[in-house]
Amino acid sequence: MTASQPSSEIAYNGSMKILVMEDDREAADYLQKAFAEAGHTAHVAGDGETGFALADAGDYDVMVVDRLMPRRDGLSVIAALRSRGNTTPVLILSALGEVDDRVTGLRAGGDDYLTKPYAFSELLARVEVLNRRASARESETVYRVGDLELDRLSHSVKRAGREITLQPREFRLLEYLMRHAGQVVTRTMLLENVWDYHFDPQTNVIDVHVSRLRGKIEKGFDKPILHTIRGAGYMLKGG
Amino acid sequence: MALSLPAIMRTTAARLSALYLLLFALCAVLLVFYMTSLSARMLTAQTQETINDEVLGLARAYQRGGLPVLVRVVENRSRQPGANLYLIADANGQILTGNVQSLEPGVIETEGWTTEPFSYQRFGEGELDRLRSGATDQPAPQAGDSSNPQSTGEKGHNAIALVLRLPNQMIMLVGRDLGEPERFRAVVSRALTLALGMMGLGGILIWFFVGRAALKRIDSVSDASRRIMGGDLSGRLPVTGAGDEFDRLSENLNSMLARIAMLNEGLKQVSDNIAHDLKTPLTRLRNRAEATLAGKHKTTDYRQALESTIAESDQLIKTFNAILMISRLEAGYSSEQTGPVDLAATVSDVVELYEPVAEEAGVVLETSAPEALTINGNRELIGQALSNIVDNAIKYSTDAAETPKVRVALERAGGEIKLTVTDNGHGIPDDADRARATERFVRLEKSRSQPGSGLGLSLAKAIMTFHNGRLDLLPANPGLSVVMSFPLRETH
Repeated sequence: MTASQPSSEIAYNGSMKILVMEDDREAADYLQKAFAEAGHTAHVAGDGETGFALADAGDYDVMVVDRLMPRRDGLSVIAALRSRGNTTPVLILSALGEVDDRVTGLRAGGDDYLTKPYAFSELLARVEVLNRRASARESETVYRVGDLELDRLSHSVKRAGREITLQPREFRLLEYLMRHAGQVVTRTMLLENVWDYHFDPQTNVIDVHVSRLRGKIEKGFDKPILHTIRGAGYMLKGG
Repeated sequence: MALSLPAIMRTTAARLSALYLLLFALCAVLLVFYMTSLSARMLTAQTQETINDEVLGLARAYQRGGLPVLVRVVENRSRQPGANLYLIADANGQILTGNVQSLEPGVIETEGWTTEPFSYQRFGEGELDRLRSGATDQPAPQAGDSSNPQSTGEKGHNAIALVLRLPNQMIMLVGRDLGEPERFRAVVSRALTLALGMMGLGGILIWFFVGRAALKRIDSVSDASRRIMGGDLSGRLPVTGAGDEFDRLSENLNSMLARIAMLNEGLKQVSDNIAHDLKTPLTRLRNRAEATLAGKHKTTDYRQALESTIAESDQLIKTFNAILMISRLEAGYSSEQTGPVDLAATVSDVVELYEPVAEEAGVVLETSAPEALTINGNRELIGQALSNIVDNAIKYSTDAAETPKVRVALERAGGEIKLTVTDNGHGIPDDADRARATERFVRLEKSRSQPGSGLGLSLAKAIMTFHNGRLDLLPANPGLSVVMSFPLRETH
């Protein structure tokens, strides 16, 4: 296994302007501080109406919206913003958190869903992946990270010009990691996006899949490319 | 009745009674009005027909013998009793013959049907009046003589008539008294008043007996619910046994209360469990932080302590979520959506997910499943249950005597679909232990050394219960078989 990198070297995808709609003062302050420490600017709205006004007026990269808020609930704020043509990515925070709630939340126009209590590293990773400036990769057919190249059409993977054979699931795993290269990707995000399951696996199943993939794309090459971010997840980073 | 009038009017029963009363009265008035006007029109038509017949007869007489015969016939008919009126007058309106003594001025001036009923006085009536009032016998008074027009007017003789002009400019009037239709109208209006009065009385009676009875039942229901709200959660609404809508309402509310009580009980159980089961790891977490803070340490030690604190907190969150999910599924108020789930695809998903873990642990993972086997359920939940079971099986097969092996088999058996995960480890030989294995936080002695929250099988069991299925633990000699049985019929 490659040694994990110290967190200070994590290169985030630039600074983001984040709008946090959360009625719990303490939780909101914590989020604001934590986002600031990660190099982002966060504005806080304590209720749904204020949140709607701020979101409607300001240009935010990502919004974090609590479902239950005074004056106007999160889902209706999102639905109202969407109907006004606002496409800012939204991560819904909820204390409810059954599968059905997730479905309702995403149907209302949310882009991701996180259940309280959550780890901030998980929230940060998800918010950074949601950043709309990063989502442009969706349309690219060839992903390149350092000397690693993945062709989404021919399903071929090369590193430094050398062909690498991957299982279908490994290919999808690498595809997701490359799409979010330079960003932290958590284990649950991988389980959700690569396997389409939303539960916490009991053991380190994802770690084993990742280390297998790592063996294939790093063995025989001098530079590590798939890094483990301790306490958070993984990050694919070249150079 | 202890209630004051405004209080009475605030009751639904009284308001409904008043509304019904008003509606009925309105309908009755409309009906009576319609019937009266219809009958009056019919009577008028009948009267006109009679007059026409008369005129026809008189015209024939005139044709037969001219004016003299006509006059004779008119005189003849005038003497007969009945409601018919006859009058022949000269061009100036002077009455020559007939049974009309006087009539409203102007009636005979215009030819054709009289547009409105007119008042008149018949021959002999004035005489009769005079006789009754003791007046002296006198010759028949002249037309236009108004010795006592008031009395005749007051008698209210009204008639309609057809006025004709004879070839020699003389005027003939044939009419009919309207006394009969007017009497009819009076009868009807009396009936209407009576009916309205009876309806009012009936409405009050209905309110008094029916409304008050309903009111009493509602009051008893609202009293009972006040008691229940006051804290007596075991209280129930009264059911009389009459089987009426009030009983049905009470029964439904009672079963609702029973369900609420059940959920309440479940919630209490859950909070007790959470309090009990999260206390240990939370205490451990706190003690570790305290210990780190107490001694003299290097920076890296603090870092390590913080990292393990985060790791333990994450585990706590996972445990907490699992407890919450189990409780929700067990309480049955989960809003999880169900739909078609291909169990074969779920099996291959989960096996594929665990394959590297199994390989790393040196466990052979085998599958036997049909191409596709679809049931109605929740894919997420079934996937989670299966992955928990497979996870366990891989963990506990590593101490197998021979090559560790885990086999996942999906098959249709009898009326059920069975998803069996079998390992060849030591299994759980003791029957009682096997039965206990699915209970919350139960970790059998032998498994204490293995990581895990002790909730995996409980969650799987709760998920199976949610799908109307079962989770059975059977000895596999060696090893353990965990069987998820889904009913073939639709679940949820």
